[in-house]
Amino acid sequence: MADSQVVFERTKLLTDKTFHYCPGCNHGIIHRLVAEAIEEMGLGRNVIGVAPVGCSVFAYDYFNCDMYEAAHGRAPAVATGAKRVVGDDRLVFTYQGDGDLASIGTAEIVHAAHRGEKICTIFVNNAIYGMTGGQMAPTTLVGQKTTTSPKGRDEAWCGAPIKVSEMLSAIPGSYYIERCAVNTTANIRKTKNAIKKAFQYQMEGKGFCMVEVLSTCPTNWGLSPVEAMKWLEENMIPYYPLGVYKDKGAE
Amino acid sequence: MALQLMKGSEAIAEAAIRAGARYFFGYPITPQTEIPEYMSARMPEVGGCFLQAESEVAAINMIYGAAGTGARAITSSSSPGVSLKQEGISYCAGAQLPCVILNVMRGGPGLGNIQASQGDYFQGVKGGGNGDYHLLTYAPASVQEAIDIMMFAFDKAEQYRVPVLFLADGLIAQMMEPVEMPEMVDFKIDPEKKPWACTGWQPGDDPAKRGVINSIYIDTESLSVHNAELQAIYRQIEANEKRWECYKTEDADIVLTAFGTVARVCKTAVDELRAEGIKVGLFRPISVWPFPYEALAETVLQDHVKAVLDVELNEGQMLQDVKLALNGGKPVDFFGHLGSEFPTVDEVKGKIKEMMKEGI
Repeated sequence: MADSQVVFERTKLLTDKTFHYCPGCNHGIIHRLVAEAIEEMGLGRNVIGVAPVGCSVFAYDYFNCDMYEAAHGRAPAVATGAKRVVGDDRLVFTYQGDGDLASIGTAEIVHAAHRGEKICTIFVNNAIYGMTGGQMAPTTLVGQKTTTSPKGRDEAWCGAPIKVSEMLSAIPGSYYIERCAVNTTANIRKTKNAIKKAFQYQMEGKGFCMVEVLSTCPTNWGLSPVEAMKWLEENMIPYYPLGVYKDKGAE
Repeated sequence: MALQLMKGSEAIAEAAIRAGARYFFGYPITPQTEIPEYMSARMPEVGGCFLQAESEVAAINMIYGAAGTGARAITSSSSPGVSLKQEGISYCAGAQLPCVILNVMRGGPGLGNIQASQGDYFQGVKGGGNGDYHLLTYAPASVQEAIDIMMFAFDKAEQYRVPVLFLADGLIAQMMEPVEMPEMVDFKIDPEKKPWACTGWQPGDDPAKRGVINSIYIDTESLSVHNAELQAIYRQIEANEKRWECYKTEDADIVLTAFGTVARVCKTAVDELRAEGIKVGLFRPISVWPFPYEALAETVLQDHVKAVLDVELNEGQMLQDVKLALNGGKPVDFFGHLGSEFPTVDEVKGKIKEMMKEGI
């Protein structure tokens, strides 16, 4: 049709590779938001991403830019090494899950924040280890059943879930910390804006930025995608309140 | 060029900078702390970066990050710290990242002590981290040799895309020796020479040049292909990069084998025994991976050689490679110390005389 025109295209910052993610998983949405943010900011050639170990281990196959695949939890250290070489001209981001960042990688994320490392972290928190099949994560809610907490997480036995945004916002070196979710259209838009703000701060040479995104895991939660989103709203958001935890640029 | 007296650790650090290293990530641990100390002052002078990491684990992953951009990056540590680095070293090997890692060996296992040791030979040359990989591994016997090796270490690392490991004992770092320091190499990241590196890529560019620094190959076939490629590189290194020194072995009745500073003790023993009319020689591997098996066999499997004495500052780790090289062709004896007490010239001479008394 002569009158037709392209009004929407998939972002070029994602490859043609088909996602391996489970139906209803939020990684697909979050990947797209990150990729669109990069494209809309015109960063194209000036991006390095660092993938974690976990469900998003193959993120290097999806993000269409220079990419690393890091050892479990070490993405902030890898990003540090890369950023110290490439400097302020290039955006360096890590994309990490909650097992990767909040358990085995706590030293790396805490010290990257302490150094005020000029990197951005997209932290996807779904309160469970997804790739290994649904074990208890440091972010698993009290009472939540997993394959390694079959009777539900017992706070007296293994402590309360870690609140990463709250923890990192208390560190002087962190510049911008926001917790988001992609459960509604409005929240998806807020998440994208948060990602763009974090990227913008980095390109301005500001300090460490992190956007935490609450996410579902229908497969390992044993729920349908719709039920999972409802569970996230009723259980995760009350414990992990959404909002800006720190924004030095707005102070 | 004039000789200057330098402490080993500082000389090695300066040599790394002259070889083009501009990124150092490390963590303090005796007996190599002078290396990060030196780097912290010197790197800013040459426009480089020194960063003290929160752990050895983080330091080696920073190396992974810096090396992935094509930069020349180096880290140093000592035995317990190098154990912590093994995860990252395996990832660097798997992702084929050129870099240089220094292990200034101290006594072990565990915390051991802070004196010189050669107890990490197995860790250095037989693996250390997970998977089928090798590191191009050098065992310098003097400060000058450490400098000279450093001047080509990054070239070799980049030629083969492998990490290079220095297995130096605590003595190398702690002693002062007169050295000749080479001129500064002019190194710049060249994206054409490193198409695999993360040097800036965008959709529309040649897909083959997108930087993907990675060690995961999830299906059996692609991992098999990847490992076959790594092994083919290791065979090339074995064919081209073996280094060793033969000292007075041409007519020797007994050949000593030793690496690193222990070989210098043995060299003195060779000279003193020869002054007494006892014909002894020394075979010293300089590359311990690849180990110079053929050269050792050729040196020792001669009619005039009656036996081999391997001397190490450990319980006999290189001994296994010496025996592999000779494949039962000559009797092999061992003398070594545990607990970092250096074998002395008199002890080595005494052991040789004992072997001769027993009819070898």
